Amino acid sequence: MLKINNLHASVEDKGILKGINLEVKAGEVHAIMGPNGSGKSTLASVIAGKEEYEVTDGNIIFEGEDIEELAAEERAHKGVFLSFQYPVEIPGVSVTNFIKTAINESRKAKGLGDMPAKDMLKLIREKADLLEMDRKFLSRSLNEGFSGGEKKRNEIFQMAMLEPKLAILDETDSGLDIDALRIVANGVNKLKSKDNAVVVITHYQRLLDYIVPDFVHVLYNGKIVKSGGKELAHELEEKGYDWIKEEVNA
Amino acid sequence: MSKYTEDDLREELKTKEYEYGFFTDIESETFPIGLNEDIVRAISKKKDEPQWMTDWRLEAFKVWKEMAEPEWANVRYTKPDFQAIAYYSAPTSVDPNKTLDDVDPDLLAMYKKLGISVDEQKKMNNVAMDIVVDSVSVATTFKKTLGEKGIIFMSISEAIKEHPELVKKHLGTVVPTKDNFYAALNSAVFSDGSFCYIPKGVRCPMELSTYFRINQAGTGQFERTLVIADEGSYVSYLEGCTAPSRDENQLHAAVVELIALDDAEIKYSTVQNWFPGNAEGKGGVYNFVTKRGLCEKNAKISWTQVETGSAVTWKYPSCILKGDNSVGEFYSIAVTNNYQQADTGTKMIHIGKNTKSTIISKGISAGKSQNSYRGLVQIGSRADNARNFSQCDSLLMGNECGAHTFPYIEAKNKTAKVEHEATTSKIGEDQIFYCNQRGIDTEKAIALIVNGFSKEVLNKLPMEFAVEAQKLLEISLEGSVG
Ligand SMILES: Nc1ncnc2c1ncn2[C@@H]1O[C@H](COP(=O)(O)OP(=O)(O)OP(=O)(O)O)[C@@H](O)[C@H]1O
Ligand SMILES: [Mg+2]
Repeated sequence: MLKINNLHASVEDKGILKGINLEVKAGEVHAIMGPNGSGKSTLASVIAGKEEYEVTDGNIIFEGEDIEELAAEERAHKGVFLSFQYPVEIPGVSVTNFIKTAINESRKAKGLGDMPAKDMLKLIREKADLLEMDRKFLSRSLNEGFSGGEKKRNEIFQMAMLEPKLAILDETDSGLDIDALRIVANGVNKLKSKDNAVVVITHYQRLLDYIVPDFVHVLYNGKIVKSGGKELAHELEEKGYDWIKEEVNA
Repeated sequence: MSKYTEDDLREELKTKEYEYGFFTDIESETFPIGLNEDIVRAISKKKDEPQWMTDWRLEAFKVWKEMAEPEWANVRYTKPDFQAIAYYSAPTSVDPNKTLDDVDPDLLAMYKKLGISVDEQKKMNNVAMDIVVDSVSVATTFKKTLGEKGIIFMSISEAIKEHPELVKKHLGTVVPTKDNFYAALNSAVFSDGSFCYIPKGVRCPMELSTYFRINQAGTGQFERTLVIADEGSYVSYLEGCTAPSRDENQLHAAVVELIALDDAEIKYSTVQNWFPGNAEGKGGVYNFVTKRGLCEKNAKISWTQVETGSAVTWKYPSCILKGDNSVGEFYSIAVTNNYQQADTGTKMIHIGKNTKSTIISKGISAGKSQNSYRGLVQIGSRADNARNFSQCDSLLMGNECGAHTFPYIEAKNKTAKVEHEATTSKIGEDQIFYCNQRGIDTEKAIALIVNGFSKEVLNKLPMEFAVEAQKLLEISLEGSVG
């Protein structure tokens, strides 16, 4: 589904990603861990097509197609979804109006007409229930005044609405209380199928108890320096990153 | 798939001509250019006006000659040459006895292009239209329904003849001829406009609407509107306009007077979309408007405006809260793009006790435009317990535009409570990327963000108008992504 080859990316002439190789197949769950500032969010943004990041070398193949030339919205239409580490506020635009626009824009790109209001409402209710979201929430301005946890839950609500092929969850667990973590993780698991894939970026092994990864990667200084199974996450939780840094620098 | 970047998009949008920028070739009868007493007399004669009206105009002309153009607004423009303007232009094919079906097919085609097929409007929107093309009212619809309730809705020229007592009593009482330079000019040469009277206790059953356009090259447009809501009555009035694209600047100086007698309510909504000039700042309409309403006891006047057009806008719809417990409201969205300049706001004059006013102003600036809010809240010495709340929000796109806020407060009564809030924000790249990531392209994202920003004001517009206003916001900000 996703194949990243020797990806180098920079912002304002500063190299941040320095040769990433990663392959994610349909049906898989990958976890990416790594110290602060190592480039995890940058990788997510580059895959999603954020313009300020310049790809200086390598490529990203999604569903057999090099997506370098595609705008962010075109990648979204193809099924790439990013749950943001810091979701932005859009005052005056309700959660409902926003997701309605997102869905209809994606449909338009596929040559479909707007989703009938009745179906839209049904879908919104269904997904809000899945994530145990208060209905009142849906009429509030997008992310405005939302608590950290509410923002994250709202991200996963949007993911549930859009049903992407590839979902990248950037620290979706941070800010969630214990119950919310379970609810959100269950939501993600329910949406999981053999046809889609999930990449979770996290600092904590706790999330991985719920969303169980097939592979765990460690990103350090713009490179994936170690990969393994879910036990690697446990090992990191126990020992931190020093031993990895030493290995790399040795 | 080939790469379609934001730059391509911007380029393409730049070359997109003003959507309503076309010119219909209708035979027009235009006066020679220039202004003097004879022209004023000729306008009055052409319109078959009674002597008192001619005298009123001449008096206004005298006043105007002695006045100078105001310079305090935060706008820069080449002053119009008032002697280079033709002061009267009427489509010659108009005959007051004609029905809609007899109207010049070219004109009808033009309305269609503007999306205002009168028939369609009649049927679907429950809106009575008094269409003003250049100067003369072409068609008035729904007269019968309104007539049954005693509502008078006609062109001001007709009203001068048919209801002279009402016009004579109220014309110029809210905006006196000597009020300001443009008001004086308008009083001398106004060509046409609308007149509306709602009798005591009557709730006008439909939105009254007027579309204004400027059609003939080099002609000024001077509408005069007078709305009178008698005791306990209610009316919602919509004013919308679009203008064809022109190279030289066109002057527009309208006067609108609203009178809300005891317990009456007037809602006055405007969507203004005159040609703003091209991307280089060439051409475009000068819009110098005086709009003011007078509230008697327990009366209420709400101004709602969406200003997207004009090269230069100078406009301050105001309320004189004369009666005790009267209420004034001002809800405004002003969009400027490219080289547009807008200096707009309101005046709330509190005279009566327990008077209340609310000001919500949303300014959106893009390109190299300048957008200023100028508001005056004046609390008179007798205005015990007067209240005002003002909120002025500015949204900036890019680094070359400007937003300015000039709030003036004059309180002469200690019990007054005046609150003012102001914010300035910028559409962030992060917001755009967030929308893009959800499949919403940049243009749509901006529309979404701007609509969200303007929501409190859009919500005040009647339904059909709100939809049109949203479309206008989108059109006027096209290609403004910085
Ligand atoms: N727009 C930018 N301008 C300048 N530097 C940037 C920009 N975006 C990212 N960086 C830098 O790139 C590096 C990687 O940042 P990134 O956000 O990808 O880290 P991260 O692995 O997600 O960290 P965290 O675990 O703290 O979320 C950091 O040093 C950061 O300061
Ligand atoms: Mg990060």
